[in-house]
Amino acid sequence: MRQGAAVPRRSSLAWRRFRRSVPGVISAAVLLLLYAVALLAPFLAPYSLVEQHPALTYQPPQRIHIIREGRLARPYVYPMAKTRDPVTFVSRFTADTSRPLPIRFFVRGDSYALLGLRLDRHLFGVDGGTVFLLGTDAVGRCVLSRLLVGSRVSLTVGIVGVAISFAIGIVLGGLSGYYAGVLDTLLQRVIEILLSIPRLPILLALATVIPASWPSTRVYLGIVAVLSLIGWAGLARVIRGQVMAVRHLEYVTAARAIGLRDMRIILRHIMPNLSSYLIVTATLALPGYILGESALSFLGLGVKEPMASWGLLLRDAQSFNALHLYPWLLAPGALIVISVMAFNFLGDSLRDVADIQSS
Amino acid sequence: MLRFVIRRVLLMVPALLVVSAIVFAVIQLQPGGFLTQYLEDPRFSPQTVETIKRQFGLDRPLHVQYLRWIQGIVTRGDFGYSFLNGRPVAGLIWERVGWTVFLALVTIACTWVIAIPLGIYTAVRPRGAAATAVNLVSYLGQAMPDFLLALLLIAFVLSRGGANVGGLFSPQYIDAPWGWARVRDMLAHLWIPIAAISLEGVAALMRQMRAQLLDVLGADYIRTAHAKGVAEQRVLWKHAVRNAVNPLISLAGLSLPGLISSTILVSIVLNLPTIGPFLYDSLLNKDQYVVTTLLLISSLLLMVGNLLADLALLWVDPRIRYQ
Repeated sequence: MRQGAAVPRRSSLAWRRFRRSVPGVISAAVLLLLYAVALLAPFLAPYSLVEQHPALTYQPPQRIHIIREGRLARPYVYPMAKTRDPVTFVSRFTADTSRPLPIRFFVRGDSYALLGLRLDRHLFGVDGGTVFLLGTDAVGRCVLSRLLVGSRVSLTVGIVGVAISFAIGIVLGGLSGYYAGVLDTLLQRVIEILLSIPRLPILLALATVIPASWPSTRVYLGIVAVLSLIGWAGLARVIRGQVMAVRHLEYVTAARAIGLRDMRIILRHIMPNLSSYLIVTATLALPGYILGESALSFLGLGVKEPMASWGLLLRDAQSFNALHLYPWLLAPGALIVISVMAFNFLGDSLRDVADIQSS
Repeated sequence: MLRFVIRRVLLMVPALLVVSAIVFAVIQLQPGGFLTQYLEDPRFSPQTVETIKRQFGLDRPLHVQYLRWIQGIVTRGDFGYSFLNGRPVAGLIWERVGWTVFLALVTIACTWVIAIPLGIYTAVRPRGAAATAVNLVSYLGQAMPDFLLALLLIAFVLSRGGANVGGLFSPQYIDAPWGWARVRDMLAHLWIPIAAISLEGVAALMRQMRAQLLDVLGADYIRTAHAKGVAEQRVLWKHAVRNAVNPLISLAGLSLPGLISSTILVSIVLNLPTIGPFLYDSLLNKDQYVVTTLLLISSLLLMVGNLLADLALLWVDPRIRYQ
């Protein structure tokens, strides 16, 4: 099993084992779908991130109907009109059932850039009205569109954050485990102290370091940097333990005997051998970044307008009043739960595969 | 035992010093400070701002500021001055720290009381609708951000026509003396934050308890106990559960950072009088001494919590000896 020649067979064995884990396969499919949606978001979203409909603020979600006058019809929605109660000033939406708006595909809308192309077709939409399947927010922006486009931030924060944390964690954890001794003791003390500061307060403090005058793309990078700055410590400690366990194995001694530099041994020889373990650790670390970003953005210290992320969208639902009257604003929360759950399931089943491999 | 405690407490001192230096440095990285806003305010002359800065020693080099701050804490218990509240920090924080500790302790108690029986149940009866439902909720609990759960619970209560959301007391009880009615009112408010904070912990602890118990149930001494003819219930409770709980106590220490973070976040959403909303406001207003003090105190809470978890382990597991 451990010989070099068996490597392709081993990975196909792992793949076969992974395929047998139902939650693992389902969650992998869900994640692929989510990332595909994030990639194609401007096309899938009927409106742009910022398009406002001032006459239709806080419109509840429109229902899709398929039966008209007792017969199956092309899916359609009813246009909504806002009226105000003259006594209480409560605004109320009524559907105009005389004018069904059939949902059309590949309709023209505002233009966007996708994969280097300028396009103006959207997957679906209606002519002569508006369609808001998840309602609108305080300034009449389509919640569904914002949620789809916002998934780009929420889903990439984890990947980029884990990548940065891993780069730091592999180098520092690798050095710490490989050399042991004084360097190890020193690094471990630093990590212990970093871990002894509760995560959220220090995240909040670091997030306020990002200047408010920065454009939103730079704020996004700043948030990723802040999350990684806190996240690497735990990863470095885990990697260090793994490196310690293999540093006296023959292949490491052999690499040293032929005179390779230490850094090369760590990065090119030890790390590839820990790869299955690293993949599992990365997958299980990802939800932490997604949740961290959503918490920061929810508190208004994360990404900022005109960018959107699921956490930032939930911020609109923060007031008790909004929660009571406009519960559809909570929709982005469902996607946070789904994506985090999928990563957890995927990590669990990858770990099972890796465990069987190593034993 | 006493020597172990003393040594651990002494070890906290350098750790807290480093933490305080880190948080002090982080706060200094913030662009501008509380007094910066006065520079743009026509009602304040630049000279006034300079005078205030000199008064608080903010014109000195950073390391001098830091050392003076530490000196104040150590010698006078003076944590600095809150510009936002116009009062010394020390007078502002203790009540909030008290509520934070209270909320955290109640949450831990609830987590254990709910999670341990569920873990035992799902380990003993791994198949069946109840176990499946519990598993599903535990996965959901690990994926649900605590603030989202708080929002959902608020929405639920509001949709049922309830009004006991936000804060710890209804308006008429805020300044009332302690009594049964006030406690009952507090409990009516308290269940939302406790549920929101503890779901994640319940999910994690329950899964750990089940895994531990399944491990223990496969051990030789359990088979021996069965072979001796020990009653089923006695094997489960006296032999298996008793041994399965020990590792969970050391894991409890590891769950503390998350608990403190959740408490802070949920408190901000629900506006509870813990250090959470206070930290948030102070961060936004760059009230630097309050922020550094609160970060320092949350680290201290974490360290004390870890020590207590270790001591609890010592008390529960006679095999463990600390030198």
